Amino acid sequence: MIWQLDLLILTLVVLCGIGALMIRDLLGAAILFGAYSFMMCLLWAIMGAVDVAFTEASVGAGVSTVFFIAAVYHTTRRTKD
Amino acid sequence: MKALGLIIVALVGAILVYATIDFPPFGDPESPASLHVSPRYLEKTLEETAVPNAVTSVLADYRSFDTMFETTVIFCAGVACFLLLRVPRRRPPAPRQFRHRLTGLTFRIKDGGEFVLPVREFEPVDSIWTPYDLIIETICRYLIPFIQIFGLYVIAHGHYSPGGGFQGGVILGASIILLSVSHNLRTALKRMGEKTSALFSPLGVLIYTGTGVLCLVLGYNFLDYQALAALLPGGPIMARSHGIFLVEVGVGMAVMGTMVWIFKNLASRGRYDEGL
Repeated sequence: MIWQLDLLILTLVVLCGIGALMIRDLLGAAILFGAYSFMMCLLWAIMGAVDVAFTEASVGAGVSTVFFIAAVYHTTRRTKD
Repeated sequence: MKALGLIIVALVGAILVYATIDFPPFGDPESPASLHVSPRYLEKTLEETAVPNAVTSVLADYRSFDTMFETTVIFCAGVACFLLLRVPRRRPPAPRQFRHRLTGLTFRIKDGGEFVLPVREFEPVDSIWTPYDLIIETICRYLIPFIQIFGLYVIAHGHYSPGGGFQGGVILGASIILLSVSHNLRTALKRMGEKTSALFSPLGVLIYTGTGVLCLVLGYNFLDYQALAALLPGGPIMARSHGIFLVEVGVGMAVMGTMVWIFKNLASRGRYDEGL
């Protein structure tokens, strides 16, 4: 485990998480959430949990982003708050 | 109110960070989590189940009861999306417009008229039909078979490498979703219809529970794959390996069907006519 890489990815995870909450555009929030999942996948892989990383990459970064985008496509891109 | 919420969040976060100081260091062999059952699984997995990947054997053999209900949860998610979103099918009117596949010319049939040209070279379209991009369509058409083969590999090779039913099922489902995104929803529906995807998810759960009941019928405990030695070659240890494979196939089918099913309901608002 390289701690510099670990720290960098952890910072990106936190930034993506805060960004997904703060951003007003819901499509952007969905994409940021996908990026968050992918960073988490990298973290799992660094920690040696390859099976979890694989699941996170396929479910979290892949299919759930598509579901979010499909939901945004049929509702609205703008949040009320 | 917003400031109060921020203060509470910061406070709870600080307490959580403070609590992590008491955690054992990363990968500590003396930590409580690695003292009770973990060594037992790590040491005995290979001789008891002949599966080198300990994660798969814990997931699908030692803790298979958990995984069975995880699969059921996924099936329930698919059913919930179906019940919430699906609207009753309206019979579509007979196609009035036909598009020549090669030239892109569109013909409209007048009321009472009949289409007599060779059907193979034409496809029925309507006002919401949009032409898809040639480059994206071609790339995806060549990519999808490889994605599907990779998905099957992930399911079948979960004993030896990272992977298994969940990941492989999601990859297989994603290939159909890619077909729907790159072409349109109707093309994907032609390849894997609503009934197929809706049948795949309970069928996967049924394969899983059926394996368990089969063990019960053969006189062993529920999901004790040793029982399968009476039906499969290779003795009781290989029977556990084969049992894991059967279960993983069930999980893969359930996950694939459910992912495609949820996507179709979500992308077309339950109408199954147009989508992303």
